[in-house]
Amino acid sequence: MSSNGEIKKMLLILSKATLENVYAAFVLANGARSEGIEAEMFFTFFGLEAIHAKKLEHLHVATVGNPAMHIPTMLGGLPGMEAIATKMMKSEMEKIDMPDVREFLEILSASGVKLWACKLAMDMFHYKREDLYEEIDGVLTVGEFYGRGAGEGVHMLFI
Amino acid sequence: MEKTVAGNTIQVNEEGYLTDFSQWTREVGDEIAKEEGIVMTPRHWEVINYLQEQHKQETALSIRRIGKSGVVDIKEFYALFPKGPLKTSTKIAGIPKPASCI
Repeated sequence: MSSNGEIKKMLLILSKATLENVYAAFVLANGARSEGIEAEMFFTFFGLEAIHAKKLEHLHVATVGNPAMHIPTMLGGLPGMEAIATKMMKSEMEKIDMPDVREFLEILSASGVKLWACKLAMDMFHYKREDLYEEIDGVLTVGEFYGRGAGEGVHMLFI
Repeated sequence: MEKTVAGNTIQVNEEGYLTDFSQWTREVGDEIAKEEGIVMTPRHWEVINYLQEQHKQETALSIRRIGKSGVVDIKEFYALFPKGPLKTSTKIAGIPKPASCI
């Protein structure tokens, strides 16, 4: 077996569902697959919203506590600010040919990215399998997800 | 740099992509495919032809756009060129490696 440090598989854990984090995770997973690297995603805690059938189309950018947005935190908390920032971000994304969340999930799934929901978070939010995006590969415990990380060249990333 | 493929001398960059599409022939494509561990079928060639047409029209290539092309869907694209479909297929097609992250 080769051990030249080459990445063979990426395990990405998504724990947040703010649009910028969801896209970061999706781009990393998709980028792995296009380089011939295997990729699996574990959606836990609020990250579950990214695969919740009814919620995934309504994710927002975080405008509070995000200095890089250049919106003062006090203003970021005003009603409607998240919606405005989200609209702006989505319009920029369309310009660079970035798919929306649902289409991105379809691309990931078709590209062979495994999509797993976290069992504990499902229980916590009282979500059922049928509440989730139909193409996910299943619901796993943390231990089962770790089990998928066996072998050389496997890297794990928490987002 | 120079490379001899299928009896032809071609110019390639350090990653093995042709730098001059006019030097591409089907034999060259076939030979590069072999190096990538791919046995070409008529279906592979259909995709390669499509990519070359897109390149001639100077359309930027992305997985998303190929998925919507009607020529091949994303699942089949990965099945045809398993080790990174876009980078492998463009290499075989003799066109530049797309710089897109999506």
